[in-house]
Amino acid sequence: MTPALPFAVGAAIVALAAAVGWIVMAPKPIDSAVAAEVSEPGDEAAGKTVFFVGGCASCHMSPGQKDPLRLGGGMELKTPFGSFFPPNISPDPRMGIGRWAPAQFANALLAGVSPDGEHYFPAFPYPSYRHMSVKDVRDLLAFLRTTVPVAEPSRPHEIPFPFSIRRLVGLWKRLFLPAIARPLASDPTDLEDLGRYLVEGPGHCAECHSPRGWFGEIIESRRLTGGPLPTSKGKAPDITSAGLKNWSESDIADALSTGLTPEGDTLGGPMAEVVRNLSQAPERDLAAIAHYLKTYKAGAGR
Amino acid sequence: MKKSTASVLAVVLSAGLAAAAMGADAIKERRALMKANGEATKPLVPMMKGTAPFDLATVQKALKTYMNAAEKMPALFPDDSKTGDTHALPAVWENKADVDARFKKLGEDAKAALAEVKDEASFKAIMPDFFKNCGGCHEKYRAKQT
Repeated sequence: MTPALPFAVGAAIVALAAAVGWIVMAPKPIDSAVAAEVSEPGDEAAGKTVFFVGGCASCHMSPGQKDPLRLGGGMELKTPFGSFFPPNISPDPRMGIGRWAPAQFANALLAGVSPDGEHYFPAFPYPSYRHMSVKDVRDLLAFLRTTVPVAEPSRPHEIPFPFSIRRLVGLWKRLFLPAIARPLASDPTDLEDLGRYLVEGPGHCAECHSPRGWFGEIIESRRLTGGPLPTSKGKAPDITSAGLKNWSESDIADALSTGLTPEGDTLGGPMAEVVRNLSQAPERDLAAIAHYLKTYKAGAGR
Repeated sequence: MKKSTASVLAVVLSAGLAAAAMGADAIKERRALMKANGEATKPLVPMMKGTAPFDLATVQKALKTYMNAAEKMPALFPDDSKTGDTHALPAVWENKADVDARFKKLGEDAKAALAEVKDEASFKAIMPDFFKNCGGCHEKYRAKQT
């Protein structure tokens, strides 16, 4: 036996493993039933609420800009993996998402898959958005179509190799996006259901208010217990029942719409932008968010 | 010669120490003023919500507290107070003119509110916008660690 044979077998095994891995990491789009449902006409007015609860503008406005309805993108999001630049999601047909079909939009939010069939990096908080109801996704798109078209190209991410390989995100999704029922229940008559839906779905609170592990995954046992801010020094505080023990539910709801805390302080840093968004949200949504957080015990999952 | 070198060294050293102490003092003073602002605001929060009765004297006291802070704060950011026991971000020193302008506006708005807030209705009409002065700076220039 020549020494070349075991080498060839070894190489074949490696190639096979790589091929299987490549397939395992393939983007998985939404199913056809969801695609059909999301293609029904959306409700702009309801979508406006989703837009502000979801905080789209916080990342998709351009730097230094104040108008939340110009979504040209480009606000740098610094992470340990490199700098992400949220894209233009204005209705501009060339630079924005004006030509996207509803199913493509739903694929982005619910599956983290782009119209080109590639993975989005989870800096885009689809690990939370994937719990959104199809109706909310549809309404949100209807509202986004009414915002100002911005003819600015999206700035490419600055992500070093090997994190720049989008296909690897498939493995990340397999490891860190537990298969749980989607969407979360959003029964508007049940304050706890509604709160869980808003916090864990569109509100994506846990994306900043949780510590992350080596691969950028949220450490589930410490979900909502606070985390370092990605873009500045400082901390997104613990917002579980333990962290909010000196706050009443109405303190929380009021702080989210006025920015004033019961200690006489104001919410600052990136939370100030969240407050500007949530001041546009219905009172009942804020009460539900407050109720869910105030009763949330660390380690409870979602 | 030797003696004079030593004394120069001593002067330089003590000047350095004094400067460090000044930076730390500035931080301390900043924090004391901001703490006073917070404490003055605390009783106003339930008044805004309507869960505590409106009290003009408490509101006026708070507005005077803000005016005092607005006047003193701009001078309390010497270069040697960038680091230490502070939540102030480096952005303060990169945009000092903006920071100064914001304190000036805070002082002016507090003074105007002092004249205009007369009852619960005017309080509830004026103060929500007034508090945006606080939030505006806390958004850009402060990072809380807790």
